[in-house]
Amino acid sequence: MSLKPRAMRDAFLERLYLEMKIDEKIFFISADFGSPVLDKIRADLPNRFVNVGIAEQNLINVSAGLALEGYKVFAYAIAPFITMRCFEQIRVSLALLSQVRPMNVNLIGVGAGYSYVVSGPTHQCYEDLTIMRALPSVQVMSPSDHLVAESMFNHCIDNIGPKYLRFDAQVLPVIYENGAPDLYRGFHVHREGKSLCLLATGFMLHTALEAAAELAEIGIEIGVIDLYVISNLDEVALKRVLSSYPGVVSLEEGFRARGGIDSMLFDFLGRMGLTSKMYNIGVDPGYRFELGSRAELHEQVSIGVNAVISQIRDFADSIGIHSKSGAS
Amino acid sequence: MSGIYNNCQKVVAMLENKNIRQTMNFDLAAKAKWVWKETLRIHRRAPETRIASSLSPIEIFVSLYYGGILSFDPKQPYLPDRDRCVISKGHGSISMYPILADLGFFGMDELERVCETGCFLGGIPDPVIPGYETVNGSLGHGLGVASGMALGLMRSKQPQNVFVITGDGEMHEGANWEAIMFASQYGLDNLNLVIDNNGISMLGYTEEIVSNGDLSSRLSSFGWECWEVDGHDVSAVHAALMRSKSTRIGKPKAVIAHTRKGHGVPGLENAALSHILNPKPELLDDLLREFE
Repeated sequence: MSLKPRAMRDAFLERLYLEMKIDEKIFFISADFGSPVLDKIRADLPNRFVNVGIAEQNLINVSAGLALEGYKVFAYAIAPFITMRCFEQIRVSLALLSQVRPMNVNLIGVGAGYSYVVSGPTHQCYEDLTIMRALPSVQVMSPSDHLVAESMFNHCIDNIGPKYLRFDAQVLPVIYENGAPDLYRGFHVHREGKSLCLLATGFMLHTALEAAAELAEIGIEIGVIDLYVISNLDEVALKRVLSSYPGVVSLEEGFRARGGIDSMLFDFLGRMGLTSKMYNIGVDPGYRFELGSRAELHEQVSIGVNAVISQIRDFADSIGIHSKSGAS
Repeated sequence: MSGIYNNCQKVVAMLENKNIRQTMNFDLAAKAKWVWKETLRIHRRAPETRIASSLSPIEIFVSLYYGGILSFDPKQPYLPDRDRCVISKGHGSISMYPILADLGFFGMDELERVCETGCFLGGIPDPVIPGYETVNGSLGHGLGVASGMALGLMRSKQPQNVFVITGDGEMHEGANWEAIMFASQYGLDNLNLVIDNNGISMLGYTEEIVSNGDLSSRLSSFGWECWEVDGHDVSAVHAALMRSKSTRIGKPKAVIAHTRKGHGVPGLENAALSHILNPKPELLDDLLREFE
């Protein structure tokens, strides 16, 4: 409505900039990656801004060293580079070391999924949730709009431990006009459905809401849940919500069946003793080089709105949930 | 044993006073010999430990910890006033175990249990060991983390020094060179790199695997202040480390210590495969007997 959509990084970095002016123990490190707000940090707080250059391994290790000296560190780079170029540095100097020594390092990765639309697979990011959630001591967060992203800032400041925040590079429509949801719950129910529940993260929440609206028109009422915390969410609350659904569908802008939120939910249902059937929607595993809009690319790899609707209808049929119109 | 232990308590007291000249009264050569013997004893009990790469840096460790280079409190390993010492070449630092025990970071009895169930002293040291600052042994991480510490101390206007000990084989890791460029760019003159340049990595001589060339001129060309030293001449090592510590000229500093892997053990010393060779127990027993 009235709230102007913003890029996640702009909203988050604006809060960071204001806090850095008050709190001298905040340090910002970039691997030669910028933003307009970052220019203000660089100009006004040069002592606590560092550009390590195109050197993500050093980005992580320097962040670890600063955190050991008591700084709250924000490290910033393009999502595939800040997770995959330096994965062992994250594993050793953050995940492992933070189990012994208190450290507050927050990795801000910009460019979730296909958000660098024309840059191709080097700059797109379909594996980061998988590999980051493999690290037990790293908290992974994946906001769906700039308000959730911004709401994660206080959490980053107040809580020690390594965290990974996966930001979209595009300006996404505002979802949480009435204020950001409860971060500690980790998920938010946007629609309640009858038989099926669709759980999505990041940009895919927008796709999920669109698909759910279209499905409702043909009589399939599905629930929609935003998963903005990928690790450490409130499992008891999520179990309560999902226990009423015979069918659960995961939707992510990451490779299907490669350890992303689908794997997390398969595990969750099994561990919680829920008997819901589950279907996972994600990027067809494989790298693609075609150019197109984000929506076109999504349709090519089976995560566009149409592809999602068709897979959900098939799944609904397969578990005996039929639409009013009888369409199949 | 208790005599040595008491002497070291005295050194720690002197370190707190930061009176370097007095600490030089301490017999570093004798201490190095004792650490060498204890390292052999540990390896005799726990052959999983890497002995050859633990013998080459002994004079470096002894100078740092007994020679008044580092300021520390064994009872408060994370005391903010301490100098930071990052042991990046983890496997090759089993010789740190007797030093840390001797100085009171943990009990001497732990040395009898290395690699045993329930002991925190493993084949590769972990940060749960009092006295170890970071993760060690996955190579090429220490210098970057130490650079972050050095930057943090500098920005907080704290006077403490950061030392980091790497091997020369470890310099193959590209992350080290990212850190080398970074430290130079930010003028981290509280950062001291000590390279245990024993010339051998796991499968042979680094010169033949991927040569580091002349490390001193390479680092100098990256904007570092460098000194080279015979790594088994303990007084020379001590002097070089002291020189490095006291030099604050807006540049990071490196001491390249030319050492011999497997130092002092016949058949092991400077052998191409010394990293993975285990000396026969009888040889170790003979050497230990000679020492007594």
